[in-house]
Amino acid sequence: MNSYSDFAVETIGLTKVFGATRAVDGIDLSVPSGLVYGFLGPNGAGKTTTLRMLATLLRPDGGSARVLGHDVVAQADAVRARVGLTGQFASVDEDLTGAENLVLLGRLLGHSSRHARLRAVELLDAFDLADSAGRQVKTYSGGMRRRLDLAASIVVTPELIFLDEPTTGLDPHSRNQVWDIIRTLAWEGTTVLLTTQYLEEADQLAARIAVIDRGTLIAEGTPGELKTSTGRGALQVRLHNPDQRAEAARTLSRVLELPVHLDLDPAQLTTPGADPERATLALAELTRAGLPVATFALGQPSLDEVFLALTGHPTQEEAA
Amino acid sequence: MTLTPTAPAGPAPGASVRAALATGARPPAPGSLSTSLTFAWRALLKIRHVPEQLSDVIAVPIIFTLMFTYLFGGALDGSPRAYLQFLLPGTLVMAVLLATVYTGVNLNTDLGKGVFDRFRALPIWRPAPIAGALIGDALRYLLACALVLALGLLLGFRPHGGALGVLLAVALVVVFALALSWVFTLLGLLLRSPNAIMSVAMVVLFPLTLASNILVEPDTMPGWLHTVVDANPVTHLVTTARAAMAGSATAGQITAVLLASAVIAAVFAPLTVRLYNAK
Repeated sequence: MNSYSDFAVETIGLTKVFGATRAVDGIDLSVPSGLVYGFLGPNGAGKTTTLRMLATLLRPDGGSARVLGHDVVAQADAVRARVGLTGQFASVDEDLTGAENLVLLGRLLGHSSRHARLRAVELLDAFDLADSAGRQVKTYSGGMRRRLDLAASIVVTPELIFLDEPTTGLDPHSRNQVWDIIRTLAWEGTTVLLTTQYLEEADQLAARIAVIDRGTLIAEGTPGELKTSTGRGALQVRLHNPDQRAEAARTLSRVLELPVHLDLDPAQLTTPGADPERATLALAELTRAGLPVATFALGQPSLDEVFLALTGHPTQEEAA
Repeated sequence: MTLTPTAPAGPAPGASVRAALATGARPPAPGSLSTSLTFAWRALLKIRHVPEQLSDVIAVPIIFTLMFTYLFGGALDGSPRAYLQFLLPGTLVMAVLLATVYTGVNLNTDLGKGVFDRFRALPIWRPAPIAGALIGDALRYLLACALVLALGLLLGFRPHGGALGVLLAVALVVVFALALSWVFTLLGLLLRSPNAIMSVAMVVLFPLTLASNILVEPDTMPGWLHTVVDANPVTHLVTTARAAMAGSATAGQITAVLLASAVIAAVFAPLTVRLYNAK
């Protein structure tokens, strides 16, 4: 078991087949402990199926998976005793109140009635739900539901928490609240494994990202590694003289062999997908042509661009 | 590592969430009975928040008892009051058995919800949610029994077996209903929607309750139907419930009901649990 000790999750050839569809098709993963790890991919990529197998809710059809050193099939109860789960759709009981939901889970996890109630009050306070504790969850807003859902996952502090699309459908304010909670979890040493179809979310939260597409793992690494692997960002140039913008655009386009966008700022131009070496040549060419540059920046590619480069199709293709 | 989590210094949830995480020590795992009782408590909470779900348990016994007493009483037994003496144990059985379908409907509704994923990811005795729901159902069955009996006594039903006889009859009916509930938990797992369960349930429950001796003795029925009625376990349940309320139940009758319940449960409970665990 020693080989597993450094990893919160390790899978070998993990596979799940639904009828003729190989929903998860041989995924090998090693998720280090104590950080936020993101499964990134479009709808139907196999992220949720993978997560459900790791959370012992689905039995793999092939390969194996260990969570915190325990096999998800043979030692399912040992896994269940160490992880928390927040499903894609609110995994709380809508007919019950927020407080009742937390007391129910406290009781199921082994707390006495009294302790379960105390814990519920503590969590409702911590997640800013004290005012709504006595209301049925069906009356909650999306953000409140998500917070209750997260609170329910830490009635007992888990070593690892699975979050399936934790911010899907939330407004920006609620999303930021959930992001703060997720960062706090990781800060306190809980490994967080989340799925998301939002590249921004993966970029904001995850220390490492697994890009999943059509049931297979197509890339893995830190957000920075994934971005540099495609090697192309956007070259942004700001001229001293806005009147020279048309000429500068022609020069950049010629050297970079790429279309150049004119930004709202009348002195600024952006060329997405610029190769770094050619970008330096292009800057020199501008100077040589008497088109002085005020500022320039060669940005990292966005994860959207990375995803497109890795899969050959944009993230939302399968959702459409 | 390239990314350190942003220090949750200012924003509201940081400190209190951290405090909550620090105090979330895991207590010893609860036993299967305690877990099942917790799920029974959940069933009671749901009744409290959604009392409409009791409408069937309240309305059906009252409607059936009143309707059959006054529809058939004069024709079959000379007067509603005389017929009620025969009918009441039967409507008791009918009211409770018709309520068993909701065990399957509730389970099916529950399974489609995210909260069941959470239950299934907990380190608890696997069938506890179903066992707890059945305990909650037993209380609904008792409520139905109490309503039928109260109405019956009001209309002039007089059980000669006394309180003990009535309690025995109620106990047998509830035991049988709990056994039958496993049929519907299985359907709840097999079928796609609550509506599908209701449709199948009507096909099962109507013959089971009407092709019995609930409304009339089978003496005047054609031979084939007589055979069907005699083979129907509900007939034996009704006969025993009548005898218990009249104070004349035999050990043989009681054993037969318990045996029938045990056989039904022994077939359908393991099937349900196996299917549930495999889901």
